[in-house]
Amino acid sequence: MKRFQDLNSNIITIMDMERVDGRSPHQLRPLSCSCNLLHRAHGSARWSQGDTTVLAAVYGPKAGTRKNENPEKASIEVIWKPKTGQIGKLEKEYGMILKRTLQSICLLTIHPNTTTSIIVQVISDDGSLLPCAINAACAALVDAGLPLRHLAVGICCGLTESGFVILDPTKLEEQKLQAFASLVFPNSPISVFSKGPLLVEGEPIEHGLVASVTHGAMPVEDYLNCLERGRLATDKISEILRRMQQRFLDDGRTTEISSTQ
Amino acid sequence: METSLAQGELVGEMEMDAYRRLFPLRFYERYLLESLRPDTRPLIQCRDTSVALGPVASADGSALAKIGCTTMLAGIKLEVMTPVAESPDDGCIAIEFHMPPICSAIVRPGRPAEVAPVISKQLTDAILSSGMINLKELSLIHGKAAWMAYLDVYCLDSDGSLFDAALLAAVAAFSHLQIPLVSLNDEGRVVTVSAELGEGKSSKEVVNKEKRKLKLTNIPFSLSFVLHKKYILVDPNAEEESIMDSLVTVVLDLSGRLVSLYKPGGQVLAYTSTLKDCVALARNRGKELKKILDDALLDMEEDSS
Repeated sequence: MKRFQDLNSNIITIMDMERVDGRSPHQLRPLSCSCNLLHRAHGSARWSQGDTTVLAAVYGPKAGTRKNENPEKASIEVIWKPKTGQIGKLEKEYGMILKRTLQSICLLTIHPNTTTSIIVQVISDDGSLLPCAINAACAALVDAGLPLRHLAVGICCGLTESGFVILDPTKLEEQKLQAFASLVFPNSPISVFSKGPLLVEGEPIEHGLVASVTHGAMPVEDYLNCLERGRLATDKISEILRRMQQRFLDDGRTTEISSTQ
Repeated sequence: METSLAQGELVGEMEMDAYRRLFPLRFYERYLLESLRPDTRPLIQCRDTSVALGPVASADGSALAKIGCTTMLAGIKLEVMTPVAESPDDGCIAIEFHMPPICSAIVRPGRPAEVAPVISKQLTDAILSSGMINLKELSLIHGKAAWMAYLDVYCLDSDGSLFDAALLAAVAAFSHLQIPLVSLNDEGRVVTVSAELGEGKSSKEVVNKEKRKLKLTNIPFSLSFVLHKKYILVDPNAEEESIMDSLVTVVLDLSGRLVSLYKPGGQVLAYTSTLKDCVALARNRGKELKKILDDALLDMEEDSS
């Protein structure tokens, strides 16, 4: 399969905008994902986008929920491990967003009074860390075989000083950007019942926003523009996730898949 | 006759309370159908909001913000520091959000609340990325001395929309901030001088005579929402936040820029139309909060004169 180039065809106006690594504005870095790497864990996955790599492991469902959690539902616990150093505010925030995102995609009523732990280990961070971790965690949940409503697909959209949207920025680019948003969308479902896309309030279900975190101030229109671009790009990522699942069902061993294949 | 009637009412009340505790979501949905909320608010109405400036006399700037029962106390303490070599003209702001056990039944002594560091981070992001404070204004002597502003926000009562109240208190504390007079002593160190002393001793030159107040531009104001099915509930209280888990926080500054759109997961997916509605509601709320803040500032000036 060819590289993800030119997610949008009418980008002539921004073609002259150079990125450090020679990508076009809407081009993602090469993705790769491998599953079932850890033997003790019930499910695990490594997800990389360029030089950002995250390893996620799933343990559970284990018996009992923690204090203050509703025992009628399954409880989700996220442990975020940074590459080096202590867990700071940033890690706590990312951990909470990841937890709430996973809570929204898991079918919590199927295993009541259980806890599922998701451990996220950052291996290397070169920008777009949160979306990368969400993709890794999702792949790990699929690997563990937990019942999910749909998948969550994360994407980072940046807004340059001149107002252009770039996708999947690196760490260096993030520092130069006017603002950037980490967005999470559900993947596009394939339904046997209806031929067309599932519509909610006139919009396909995959256009609904699961999570959003922004850094830096931007005009509202530019944010909506970011949403639009992000949605287009998540289609590709959700396709990778789906192919990974398919491959896993076929041979059941450690599988690796990447966008460059 | 009267007693039996009263008993009947009591039974009815008990049943409603039981229903509310057993089936909280269904209880809420019955209200939402009528476009109302159990605390008698319509869906898009915020709770009563008030700001009081200067409740803490020992701080350089302080404010108490209340949104309904949610109460936040913000205080700013200024200290002199040496600026870092890369930005010799910039001061610094350190923001911390505290949730002591008195604020809610969920927070236990000895164990810090989970949300406190997250709100702390959100506050820092909103205040710094809105560019409300020009860090250059906190400079005293180029490369030698600048102000370090420690902003601490304490949650005294946690009843939902914590971030909205915390940001309002933080912004109000900065607008109340009175920068103390400082001068250089013989050893070349920066010392504070009290107002009366500063005028008397002309030998010591006051470094910052004209810069006593910070100029705040692009003040950010935020509004939280809870999404449930097709309903948007503005300014949720703690009960609503716990029953319906899809929280969205929109932060806009006064020039209309989006400072933050924060949605940490949740069952309900936010579509573009919903987000546009949220932004429009947040814009109106920003104007309201600006007026509340301006009124509080005006009151304070009248009191002092």
